[in-house]
Amino acid sequence: MKDLYESQRAMRSMRKAAMQRGVIAILDVGTSKIACLVLRFDGPEGFDGGDGVGSLAGQSSFRVIGAATTRSRGVRFGEIDAMQETERAIRTAVQAAQKMANVRVDHVIACLAGGAPRSYGLAGQIEVEHTNVTEQDVARVMAACDVPDFGEGREVLHAQPVNFALDHRSGMSDPRGQIGNQLACDMHLLTVDGNVISNLLYCIKRCDLELAGLASSAYVSGISSLVEDEQELGAACVDMGGGATGLSIFMKKHMIYADTVAMGGDQVTSDISKGLQVPLAVAERLKTVHGGVVATGMDDRDLIEIGGETGDWELDRRTVSRAELIGIMRPRVEEILEEVRARLDGAGFEHLPSQQIVLTGGASQIPGLDGLAPKILGQQVRIGRPLRVQGLPQAATGAGFASAVGLCLFAAHPQDEWWDFEMPADRYPSRSLKRAVKWFKDNW
Amino acid sequence: MQQISPRRDPAPSRLAYRMERLLLTPAFRRLLWVGVPVFCVSLAVGLYLSDQTRRDALSLMVENVKAKVRDRPEFMVKLMAIDGASPGVAEDIREALPVDFPMSSFDLDLPQMLREVSALDAVAKADLRVRPGGVLQISVQERTPVAIWRNDETLDLLDIEGHRVAPLANRAARPDLPLIAGVGAQKAVEEGVAIMAAAYPLATRLRGLVRVGERRWDVVLDDDQRILLPEIDPVPALEQVLALDEAQDLLARDVVSVDMRNKNRPTVRLGESAADSLRLVRLKELGVD
Repeated sequence: MKDLYESQRAMRSMRKAAMQRGVIAILDVGTSKIACLVLRFDGPEGFDGGDGVGSLAGQSSFRVIGAATTRSRGVRFGEIDAMQETERAIRTAVQAAQKMANVRVDHVIACLAGGAPRSYGLAGQIEVEHTNVTEQDVARVMAACDVPDFGEGREVLHAQPVNFALDHRSGMSDPRGQIGNQLACDMHLLTVDGNVISNLLYCIKRCDLELAGLASSAYVSGISSLVEDEQELGAACVDMGGGATGLSIFMKKHMIYADTVAMGGDQVTSDISKGLQVPLAVAERLKTVHGGVVATGMDDRDLIEIGGETGDWELDRRTVSRAELIGIMRPRVEEILEEVRARLDGAGFEHLPSQQIVLTGGASQIPGLDGLAPKILGQQVRIGRPLRVQGLPQAATGAGFASAVGLCLFAAHPQDEWWDFEMPADRYPSRSLKRAVKWFKDNW
Repeated sequence: MQQISPRRDPAPSRLAYRMERLLLTPAFRRLLWVGVPVFCVSLAVGLYLSDQTRRDALSLMVENVKAKVRDRPEFMVKLMAIDGASPGVAEDIREALPVDFPMSSFDLDLPQMLREVSALDAVAKADLRVRPGGVLQISVQERTPVAIWRNDETLDLLDIEGHRVAPLANRAARPDLPLIAGVGAQKAVEEGVAIMAAAYPLATRLRGLVRVGERRWDVVLDDDQRILLPEIDPVPALEQVLALDEAQDLLARDVVSVDMRNKNRPTVRLGESAADSLRLVRLKELGVD
């Protein structure tokens, strides 16, 4: 775990360096598309909203100066399947975004949807050393969290302290400087498959880019799609992507749970392809143009030309009613939503005070989903779109860019994670200067 | 690993990608947009100039153009006019500036000429300019001598600031000017002149002033009579002596020197015979035969 600590710290310092240079790229490696945004940071001085107008959650500090999307290749279920193909796709996206921004980017923050993320809730408790809680106490209480055995080959992606408790007062966001005896901490740990990360790292490195941060796409789409109240009061964000559907539960502005269902819009497309005996590209077009999940009487009469260019008249002149298409799509969408429901139930979402669920991601744009989803997920469901950020092209403001936009916000204001805090003094390598200083402080 | 249709790959090749990134690097871009043209131009110029005959031709052409401009009649200076200088000084100035007219005004080194004219002793202030019409106008303010300084072997004329104006052949040439002597006399000419002015009643007997110890003046009369003046306020002291002389005919008596250095106690030193007769008178008064 020390290893990870070092690498995450290295990423943080890389991010700092990128901020200093003022340019950083965002890379969302998805199953259906790869999006690359180039951000320029030039401080919040450009914003002058007048009295009482804040700086929009820090997003006025950056501006999107380049955006490019390319069809993803070699990615399945949010994981890299064919490295060369993915590398080329990343190169295409990065080059186009660079060209639009007219600036070279060296640092990139990436997110990934796959890797079978698993959430763990950690708790730790210590006695406060002096009367006041110091940075060292915070470090020690985080070190005291009992790390579960998450198995071989798993890497920690996020480790965020979500709650501090001092004696009998819980729900603190920052216990430093307060007086108390017992300091307890709850931490949310998210692990993913190490191989998935290293594949992504390899692809990014092959593109001559430096990784300045890594995030789970379920988490970052939650950041961008949930409004502040929802994040505060508790809500779940369901990011329905192409190959994977990520879900994250937020409470008090912290992510407390994240998971992925390895199904998404691509499964719907392949169902259509199989059901109607059409190529995948045609199936994709049928889905996006004519698709839906709620059939009405009108849809029986709405005949869709499937089209084709095989030369076989019988095959090329087929038509299908929209109701049939909906009949193919709906079971799969239902299956995805039911799986999401099962994961939410497993996470204990029903015990949360607020049952708000926000659907986002490319697959959430299926017409009629707002009628279907409440039947499975409960009444408080809305279809969400990501926050508007400065300079984002109109084409990149849709629900499919939720995680890309979330990554922008993540890049501007990353949540404090375990590795952002001080290291406890006794964990330092021996002969460390800090350790010596601490010994002096304790003995004199 | 089956070869599918040979569709065009939209992805840039690794090389193209790297090339594009290199072109987007600011330093490389600057190098390309500034460095390469500069290099090309300098290379071309360098190749052209690498031949000695071309270099010579080029410099000759430049010289020709310069000479053509320089020798235009508008820029020629034909004569020198000197204002405010006595004939002797004007002669000196002409000697100091050996300019053969006509000459282009570009070739005149006016600052150097000004330095040379100002270096002349008799010149207090000079002003040089080329007047339209090709006249080199030299306006000179001469130093006016106020005293003669006897200096070891030579006699020099000094102005009020103690600056040497001209050498003097003999004292009789300028009887109107007072004579001063002594080490450091030239540094206090103004004071000396003031003393001389105050001493006009003694004009017939006055020989000159001697600077003593670079701090005070002695007034020397004929018969080697001296009036020793104090460092501070010498003129009132002299006036005191003159008043005494007026009232009691002091200086006509057998007095070697009048010492006014201590203003509370003026002292008179008698001549030898006077001292003797005074002593005899004193003895007689005491009744000693």
